[in-house]
Amino acid sequence: MDSAGSADRYLPDTVTRSAKILVVGAFGVGKTTLVGSVSEITPLRTEEVMTEASVGVDDLRGRSDKRTTTVAMDFGRITINAELVLYLFGAPGQRRFWDLWTDLAVGAIGVLVMVDVRRLEESFDVLEQLEERDLPFAVAVNRFPDSPDVTLDEVGAALDLLPGTPVVDCDARDRKSSAGALLALVEYVAAHDPRSSQEYAT
Amino acid sequence: MTRSGEPDFCARALRPYVITRGRARATRNTVGVETLLIAPDPTRELPVTASREERALVQMCARLISLVEASAHLDLPVSLVGVLASDLIDAGYLSARSGTPKQAAPDSQLLLEVLHGLRGFR
Repeated sequence: MDSAGSADRYLPDTVTRSAKILVVGAFGVGKTTLVGSVSEITPLRTEEVMTEASVGVDDLRGRSDKRTTTVAMDFGRITINAELVLYLFGAPGQRRFWDLWTDLAVGAIGVLVMVDVRRLEESFDVLEQLEERDLPFAVAVNRFPDSPDVTLDEVGAALDLLPGTPVVDCDARDRKSSAGALLALVEYVAAHDPRSSQEYAT
Repeated sequence: MTRSGEPDFCARALRPYVITRGRARATRNTVGVETLLIAPDPTRELPVTASREERALVQMCARLISLVEASAHLDLPVSLVGVLASDLIDAGYLSARSGTPKQAAPDSQLLLEVLHGLRGFR
């Protein structure tokens, strides 16, 4: 338990709904930085026990190869209006964490995939998974000082994205830039959600 | 996540199962990480058999809070708190105000509100 004051721990009583967006990416790509720059609370960390998220208890019998691992997840919160709060979850993109975030993605608005152009290949698997599972996503390119100078179109081509998938520049340290990347995702979902045939006005 | 940390993981991984009496998943699918929880009557006594964690959760939900935030403040794994919350909802000690993630996609009204909210950052 933390020792900080609990005054801002709670939500206003007017809040009736919550939504979430997942921020997925390789280790060190800037997920926590992005969550922290747009969150109104200091990002919180919670732990998930992977076998709990991925398999039933009974499945553990006779499966000595199945390991229990814990994974830390950072998350933040944005109050959208008096009735609605948005949660942002940073989740690791590596293959062994897929069960974790595909569970998390149920009911989510969509997924923001953060990529580092110095190691784009780390994102291939994750993008393929998202496409297979029909989860809407946008790609945010977090540039680092020594990043090669490539255009967003080149990134999109290198990642072999479906036409129309948003690819945006994002400085995860900057609040407006990070919110802009989230906005690109939500605009895309509103217009193209593969899970819904409805068209939303933007 | 590392080999050197394994003994620690075993000890930490076992305890959640004990607290949830061996269950890895909630009895209902309607409890998600973003589900908003509140104790309708925080003064209502829990049964003597209630665990320390269940008591702490009900206390934490004296006012409106999300499942994941409650988990973080209680320093317990989210999935564990989800199981406990689900039980406590069934027993009437907690109510879930929102965030039932069974829906495949968020509704259009919610998306419009989120769009509007995020545009305010610019």
